[in-house]
Amino acid sequence: MTTYYTEEHEWIEVEGDTATLGITKHAAEALGEVVFVELQEVGETFDKDDEIGVVESVKAASEIYAPVALEIVEANGALEDEPGMVNEDPEGNAWFYKVKISDPSELENLLDINAYKALID
Amino acid sequence: MSEPRKTPLYDLHVALGGKMVDFAGWLMPVNYPAGVAAEHKHCREKAALFDVSHMGQVELRGENVAGKLETLCPSSFQTLPEGKARYTFFTNAQGGIMDDLIVANAGDHLFVVVNASMRDQDIAHMRRLDLEVTELSRALIAVQGPAAEAIVAAHVPEAAGLKFMETTTATLAGVGIRISRLGYTGEDGYEISIPEDKATEITKLLLEHPDLEPAGLGARDSLRLEAGLCLYGNDIDNETSPVEANLTWAMQKKRREEGGFPGAARIQRELAEGPSRLLVGIRPEGRAPARRGVEVADMDGNIIGAVTSGGFGPTVEGPVSMGYVSAAHSAEGTQVQLIIRGKPRPATIIKLPFVAHHYKR
Repeated sequence: MTTYYTEEHEWIEVEGDTATLGITKHAAEALGEVVFVELQEVGETFDKDDEIGVVESVKAASEIYAPVALEIVEANGALEDEPGMVNEDPEGNAWFYKVKISDPSELENLLDINAYKALID
Repeated sequence: MSEPRKTPLYDLHVALGGKMVDFAGWLMPVNYPAGVAAEHKHCREKAALFDVSHMGQVELRGENVAGKLETLCPSSFQTLPEGKARYTFFTNAQGGIMDDLIVANAGDHLFVVVNASMRDQDIAHMRRLDLEVTELSRALIAVQGPAAEAIVAAHVPEAAGLKFMETTTATLAGVGIRISRLGYTGEDGYEISIPEDKATEITKLLLEHPDLEPAGLGARDSLRLEAGLCLYGNDIDNETSPVEANLTWAMQKKRREEGGFPGAARIQRELAEGPSRLLVGIRPEGRAPARRGVEVADMDGNIIGAVTSGGFGPTVEGPVSMGYVSAAHSAEGTQVQLIIRGKPRPATIIKLPFVAHHYKR
């Protein structure tokens, strides 16, 4: 199991050709109180960098992008009822999607934990 | 762009953990560690302190000062009693709004407060009048919320005797101030004008009260939105008229009838015939906020207007918006659709405000 990060402040934890993804603690803190989450439907497929969801805080709306080409296997519907979970546990219970990765070689372009830490410091 | 300016309270904001952003050329706190929603709720429940020193404070002096200012604004100042303040706006020749402002009769002069983003324009505009126009270098803080009277009157006893939209000079901890009972949150409260070099000392003194917490621009915006108060540049601008913006109440009857201000032709025509569009409150169903720019459609999908301000209302505990819709769709209770990221979502036209005002009249 390996976790990658993106410059858009998302994390993706990969196991084989499936993965779980969400936004980082840093992103959740920068957004402030999350009041709304909009998710895409299970079964939909997206190219890398497509918009796959929206997170809105009291302050602003911010898009979630596909870190790699993917198909949505499961969406975390709990976030739509309890958006505040994104502030409480962004890198745990408040995952956004479980996905199937279309082309694992795309993962090579993502950041590892050290590169991400360097980005936000 | 030149370097953003700092208010006299800048160092205090930083010390309090304020997240500083560039707003209209000023470095201002958008929120403190408590966060926008907590600061917003604290204002509604107890009291919040805002730095509004970025706004322009101006003294106008000269012969017939009230009459001369009336040539720029559709409100009455000649009949404004001493110690009273009035909300008004500068109109342009097309009847649009150049800025909104507060004008107070301070006895031997008029005390005027204008928006930070418009202060250079407004001061130049007033300088065209044959008047002495003095821009003050003073801090301005707002103490807003149900506990504001107790907090402020502990230092300034006269504050308790002021009513909504009344103003006076006083002393606070030995410092000469101007205090006005008004604000931009829908709550009771005050704006206090303080000499720059005493601003930090007085602000810290007020903040010693356990019911008073600092609040940033984020909470200021969500509070005014719930209160249905217009933000210049969003809900009103050079294109929108005061009639369209539901600000007819700010134009006194004599001025509406007699005209004599820029754009009177359009404003009087809209008063007689009704405007083609109106600023309304829009309450989205569900949780999705409808922000500025979201299109409003009727139930058949025809675009009838757009959101000018929108977000999440922490007191309402849901999304709240304001925007212009065609007059035919402006009645309270009208069902409409908001096109959010391409998806139509149901919403209802409501009568503003979303949260009742609590002014001390």
